[in-house]
Amino acid sequence: MRKVYLDSNATTQVHPEVVKAMIPFYEEIYGNPSSVHGFGREAKKHLEKARGQVAELINAASPDEIIFTSGGTESDNFAIKASAYALKGKGTHIITSSVEHHAVLNTCKYLEKTGFRVTYLGVDEYGRIDPGELKNSISGDTTLITIMSANNETGTIMPISEIGKIASEKGVVFHTDSVQSVGKVPFDVQKNGIHLASLSAHKIYGPKGVGALYIRKGTEILQWQQGGHHEQGKRAGTENVPGIAGFGKACELANSQGLKECAGIKKLRDRLHKGIETNVKQIRLNGHPEERLPNTANISFDYLEGESIILSLDLEGIATSTGSACTSGSLEPSHVLESMGIEPLFAQGSVRFSLSIYNTEEDIDYVIEKLPPIIDRLRKMSPVYPGD
Amino acid sequence: MEEYSEKVMEHFKNPKNVGEIKDPSGRGKVGNPVCGDIMELYIKVENGTIVDAKFRTFGCGAAIATSSMLTEMAKGMTIEEAGKLSNQSIVDALGGLPKVKIHCSVLGVEALHKAIDDYNSKLS
Repeated sequence: MRKVYLDSNATTQVHPEVVKAMIPFYEEIYGNPSSVHGFGREAKKHLEKARGQVAELINAASPDEIIFTSGGTESDNFAIKASAYALKGKGTHIITSSVEHHAVLNTCKYLEKTGFRVTYLGVDEYGRIDPGELKNSISGDTTLITIMSANNETGTIMPISEIGKIASEKGVVFHTDSVQSVGKVPFDVQKNGIHLASLSAHKIYGPKGVGALYIRKGTEILQWQQGGHHEQGKRAGTENVPGIAGFGKACELANSQGLKECAGIKKLRDRLHKGIETNVKQIRLNGHPEERLPNTANISFDYLEGESIILSLDLEGIATSTGSACTSGSLEPSHVLESMGIEPLFAQGSVRFSLSIYNTEEDIDYVIEKLPPIIDRLRKMSPVYPGD
Repeated sequence: MEEYSEKVMEHFKNPKNVGEIKDPSGRGKVGNPVCGDIMELYIKVENGTIVDAKFRTFGCGAAIATSSMLTEMAKGMTIEEAGKLSNQSIVDALGGLPKVKIHCSVLGVEALHKAIDDYNSKLS
């Protein structure tokens, strides 16, 4: 059976060149980068090379502004908590959006329990915040804005350059969870006035368990993890050198070929959307039609529940994901789609198709062939389906 | 995610008794789109015994498999027996359900009880 992986916003297959770049750090260059001897110095050299590769991809002013972490979730926790606590003397108000990843939302909820006030900005039908509303929400005690660059479920891109401008005008720290946008769309921390940015390796063909936090020079932030002097004293713990070397390589590839490849991915994505539109009635695209990640299409199949669709697709070898309640474990459909004002009945039937460099036209045509009978079969079973 | 049993997948792929019964003896509809499951169950009763059962379900794999298994089990039962059918017996017949999906079986039993109530109310 053909296998088609369309769940690349969840994770990606590691690039063969990334795998190759990592192997020496398990076999030969196994030193601890903090050690004085040659083994350590060699590892340190590669650690710093990777730091430079990451810095270059996001146009950081200096590699020192990159702190390696265990991934996107840690970076979000680090950015939000360590800056909120560092700025507690100035104020305790944080602004975020209602469509953030749980790594941000639940961190904000945690801070609410410890004396912070959090404003959750709503979004429009496409999932974008209103910069005007953001501006009006800033008060004298606002210290931090944390708004994602692009949404993981719908791919909708936030107006981060406007957000960055407002943040610098008001003297507020701007953190962005850029896990989904880095490597898929141009992302420039300097141009967009970003102080803190969370990055993850495994979304861009790198290994799992590695990420980074960009910390602009001069940004007030507490040490995240206590221990030794690693990562400029900001995040203690021996660095995951093999993973970091892979992350560096993944960033280098994203920088040299990534955006070019994304144009091809977008073509496939649009071919998929069009193919579904032509062959299946009563569907809707969730997210912004244009201001969207080139690899993401979130489509609702009306009158159906998403898990039954992805389970059926899985039986055909096609991997996707859904914002339905049944897979969240919470018995509530996606908070992102809900915030966009999509009725629960239609949010339940959402399927996220997220593509990668590995997908081909044949993959897409296979999905377009297999999907319509699945939808047809499930709709015949649905008590809410009114017919065509 | 926790895996579905083979039995669940069998009933998901080839559900039994999909559809509706014209002039049913009883009909039960439960659930709502917010929680993600809506089940509609129809029963045909003759001489106090369920001779046919059909369903239509909006829901996940477990909800569809539960509906299918439930209708299979209910057929041939007396109204009294069907009224005592527990969600656990459906879960057992399906070779187990992931913990987060147990509520699907509860919903199935509720649909059956509603259909029986509907039947009883028509009798009186």
